[in-house]
Amino acid sequence: MNSTETETTFVTTIASTLALAMRADEHVIVLGEDVAEGGPYTATAGLSEEFGRERVRNTPISEGAVCGAAIGAAQAGLRPVVEIMYIDFITLALDQLVNQAAKAHFMSGGQLSVPLVLRTQGGASGRGAAQHSQSLEAWLTHIPGLKVVMPSCAADAAGLLLSAIADPNPVVFIENKSLYFKREQVPSAPESLPIGQARVRRSGNDLTIIATSRMVSESLRAAERLAGEGVDAEVIDLRTLLPLDTDAIGRSVSRTGRAVVAHEAVRIGGFGAELTAQIQELAFDFLLAPIQRVGAPFTPVPLSPPLEDAYRTGADDVYAAARFAIEWDQPESSPFASGSFPAGAAGS
Amino acid sequence: MDEARLLLQTMWRIRVFEERVAQLKRTMQVHGLVHLSIGGEGVAAAVCGQLRDDDAVYSSHRAHGHAIAKGVPLPAMMAELMGRADGLCRGLGGSMHLVDKRHGLLGATGVVGGNLPLAVGDALAARLSGSDRVTVVFFGDGAVQAGHFHESVNLAALWKLPLIFVCENNGLAEFTSRAEHSPVERVIDVVAPYGFQRELADGSDVLAVRSAFGAFLEQARDGGGPFLLECLTHRRRGHYEGDAQQYRDERAELEWAQRDPLTRFQADALEQNWVDTQTVAEIETAARAAVEEAVKFAKASPFPTPELAAELVYA
Repeated sequence: MNSTETETTFVTTIASTLALAMRADEHVIVLGEDVAEGGPYTATAGLSEEFGRERVRNTPISEGAVCGAAIGAAQAGLRPVVEIMYIDFITLALDQLVNQAAKAHFMSGGQLSVPLVLRTQGGASGRGAAQHSQSLEAWLTHIPGLKVVMPSCAADAAGLLLSAIADPNPVVFIENKSLYFKREQVPSAPESLPIGQARVRRSGNDLTIIATSRMVSESLRAAERLAGEGVDAEVIDLRTLLPLDTDAIGRSVSRTGRAVVAHEAVRIGGFGAELTAQIQELAFDFLLAPIQRVGAPFTPVPLSPPLEDAYRTGADDVYAAARFAIEWDQPESSPFASGSFPAGAAGS
Repeated sequence: MDEARLLLQTMWRIRVFEERVAQLKRTMQVHGLVHLSIGGEGVAAAVCGQLRDDDAVYSSHRAHGHAIAKGVPLPAMMAELMGRADGLCRGLGGSMHLVDKRHGLLGATGVVGGNLPLAVGDALAARLSGSDRVTVVFFGDGAVQAGHFHESVNLAALWKLPLIFVCENNGLAEFTSRAEHSPVERVIDVVAPYGFQRELADGSDVLAVRSAFGAFLEQARDGGGPFLLECLTHRRRGHYEGDAQQYRDERAELEWAQRDPLTRFQADALEQNWVDTQTVAEIETAARAAVEEAVKFAKASPFPTPELAAELVYA
């Protein structure tokens, strides 16, 4: 182990980074359901013991008013980190987030700012069923004034969370419950990572896979399998959805000519649709194959274990989509031509 | 009595400003939805007149009166309503989104009840910073049926925040009477189980509002709260300018016209010799001159350049 790194988990990193930010700035407060108890996933464990229950404030199950109170506190100079326990419940806070937080700076002609972080987590795992498993990030990326961050690993989560807390704008920070308990290497003293910068997680020349959150590690697995077949895939971890790092996307796809976009959210109307549109705007002249979208089927998330497993997008879906894009310029051998194109790669 | 003069000044400024806004709206010089508070000036004057600049006011969509009473300059406010570059919010917000941070007007809102949670957060920030400043949130009776109201009242009571809820109950939620929206007639009864102090006042009796609010304010300064003041008021104009108002009851209109807070308080002030007729005439003249000055300023201000919108999406 490197002496400047520690082996830990994503969720422990969230708690330790919040503690770091609270030590550095007394204006940082944490509020949400059960946060003073550490929360169901221990993302805020230890904070109330160190900072007290005024700054680490349990709230009633009132997502709308709690989010609004965090906005009001932010407008008054605090730096609140409000937790919405599951992104599924962000529906209850959307009025405050969309109508108040996102527009306050604009509507006030620049007088107000809302240095707010809304932490939440999404994704299907653990048989959470249809109301505790969604990936709703695309809704938020449609709102001018918000920033939307989706880290794929603990080290990035630490750096991006520090930046989110320091940012004068409302930042929605979306974690993925599937990543929470994997052991990872994290810098012992994390430093801020700029919001809005994607990261090339694997360099390659034949194909670009652009992924978010849990789908980054799935895409890296798909890339390894492709490498075994002589296909050199580049994997870009978006890290931030809004503002979007269009430079990184355009630069890579212009070079490889083929693109797969991959997320865990429902494919239709997902952020992949925006990425696909961006890619054809940025790199149309260089495209050698149709852009492929990987996303979940158009159904709510099912409870039953084999159904949830089938529902979740993974490395196999990315692999199939990549093969489809790679084989596109050889129509006679294309799965599409043979009528057996891979699930999740084409069709809706 | 200086207080009487100040109250009259504020009410006259609101009345004349809003009457002028109604004219400018008819000639399409003021833009967007415009909600006037004519008939309800007493509450704004009595409440905001007692506040400091650092006390925060969160207002509703019917915000002109609160803004003027909180000290917002008329020229910048009129320019804002006309969508001009020198407007309070550089022409990006308009009537429903007035903000003047310097004078503690932290926001009006176009979403009924949407301001209530923000005020809770403001009061929480005041408490955590150890300040003695107080937060006031204005809302109509229509907001009381919104979930945000109940969540916010619960939070404020639970956390004992220095927040004063001021309900302007004009008996109408947009076009519909309160009776059609809730079986609970009085808002003070809606919050009764929370156990905090609450008061019902005749909103057209300026001194009654002033004294009820003043008592709450004094306690809030000392860290008490929350409080709710329900003021029974009347909206003499439509929900918005242009509303056909087919729901009006003519008898009630006549009755309320006699209870107009401005004419009523002015008559009382003259009778009590707090002011003389000359002072009253001067106050009205000064208000008209100030409003005309504001219109002149607003008309001379350019529209903002289109680039401004993109510049102000992020701080």
